[in-house]
Amino acid sequence: MPHPTTHGLPSTFDLEKIRQDFPALHQTVHGKPLVYFDNAATSQKPVQVIERLNHYYRAENSNIHRGVHFLSQQATDEYEAARHLVRDFIHAAHEYEVIFTRGTTESINLVASSFGRKYIQSGDEIIISTLEHHSNIVPWQLLCEQTGAILKIIPINEAGELEMEAYKNLLSERTKLVSVVYVSNALGTVNPVKEIIRLAHERNIPVMLDGAQAVPHMKVDVQALDVDFFAFSGHKMFSPTGIGVLYGKEKWLNEMPPYMGGGDMIKVVRFEKTEYDDLPHKFEAGTPDISGGIGLGAGIAYMNAIGIENIAAWEHELLAYGTEVLSRIEGLRIIGTAKEKASVISFQIGNIHPYDAGTILDQLGIAVRTGHHCTQPLMHRLGIPGTIRASFAFYNTKEEIDRLAEGIARVKRMF
Amino acid sequence: MARPIADIEEEIVDEFSLFDEWLEKYEYIIEMGQNLPGLPETDKTTDYIVHGCQSQVWLHADKKEGEVVFRADSDAIITKGLIAMLIRVLSGQSPQEILDAKLGFIDRIGMREHLSPTRSNGLNAMIKQMKNYALAYSMKHAN
Repeated sequence: MPHPTTHGLPSTFDLEKIRQDFPALHQTVHGKPLVYFDNAATSQKPVQVIERLNHYYRAENSNIHRGVHFLSQQATDEYEAARHLVRDFIHAAHEYEVIFTRGTTESINLVASSFGRKYIQSGDEIIISTLEHHSNIVPWQLLCEQTGAILKIIPINEAGELEMEAYKNLLSERTKLVSVVYVSNALGTVNPVKEIIRLAHERNIPVMLDGAQAVPHMKVDVQALDVDFFAFSGHKMFSPTGIGVLYGKEKWLNEMPPYMGGGDMIKVVRFEKTEYDDLPHKFEAGTPDISGGIGLGAGIAYMNAIGIENIAAWEHELLAYGTEVLSRIEGLRIIGTAKEKASVISFQIGNIHPYDAGTILDQLGIAVRTGHHCTQPLMHRLGIPGTIRASFAFYNTKEEIDRLAEGIARVKRMF
Repeated sequence: MARPIADIEEEIVDEFSLFDEWLEKYEYIIEMGQNLPGLPETDKTTDYIVHGCQSQVWLHADKKEGEVVFRADSDAIITKGLIAMLIRVLSGQSPQEILDAKLGFIDRIGMREHLSPTRSNGLNAMIKQMKNYALAYSMKHAN
């Protein structure tokens, strides 16, 4: 393979060296070198994360928080060190505001369940947006069914951007929570979350952000955003599957009842009454995904070593290059043309069914996602059954984008 | 009267053996999809949707002189091509022959291993639906 093109980047960003860290990138699929453009679904893992998991199970495996023995103490220290890394990564004020979950979906369900039980009543309103992933829709629908609360939806324009005037008009005394996506998984739109939060806070309404597609690509500072809840997944940021994070402001987390009951979340259990443990353990019932948490720590350390600014800069370059190259293809229509986008190009090729196009691209070794991307209401709003989505990570190259363009040309010839 | 299922399967296996590359096989499947007469819009109703496919598939079955005649359509061409193959093998056969059909050609042309799991599930859903129609007609016949 020729040396990847990375002009305009700081010399600390060595793309070829970075690619060597990701073993899964170096394989052939259907006899062709793999081009992995399904990063918004899940990212590949660097050898540093894989080896960390390996080492944990070979040398450190033990249950945490309760053990008197050496291995248990060591595993506890490693797990809590990962929490510290997460805290620094999103710049939370306190480590105990970082709750480990199974992923973004569980984090949102936790808030819907616990915040909902404490604060949501019949007639209250919760605001989400048209851009939401199903996991930031269905938990709120369940809550609304249980409580009689009402879901309000921020509309979008044709470019796939939120209608901010409409959002302002939706905010009222009845609004109890705003929960919106930071970066759209289907279109790549980066929402003006700081403004969304500011407007909600003017009325003392808390805001939750689905940050799953933001954290792999840009610097997130929960204190600068002043966000109340922030959810993300490890597996989309070069870390293991099955581990995720809910950040919540201390004042909310202290007030909210536990999500699940069980071991590790209690101080004293009596049949008459149980006293819950302090944060963050109150929300971490049962033996957690210890290796996943430690693996997430390794993933964050890896991203820190490359530098989130370098990651953002290179992905911006890939997005600009990809948009330019794909826009030149006759009959190709990019879906989602927001001014602020991150790492996602969704498109349609003429009238070719996305599933057909994805099948042929797969035969050419190019991994893309096709369909509704778990955003059926958004697809319905756009009046399309689905799209083909290429989503980039910092280990992708311009040469791979050229391969995609060649693949699309081949698809066009076949249908 | 349609030719025996085994003969048609053999014919398809022979045709696919002409291609070395899977992309060529897909081109052939696409061609079959394009040649399959679709359904009029009025026949593409939710009652006839085959569930379990990622693209939309509609399947109709009618019984004519002891034989089951299938008609189908899909919004995705490759899917339509896969249906075209199944129709070529199963349409015009008796309900019992359809129920007995093992459809070994699918594995023999290497299709199962080359389809994505979702597509493979979709293919199974189509076969199941065709056999369900055959079963329904065979029971009517018995009555």
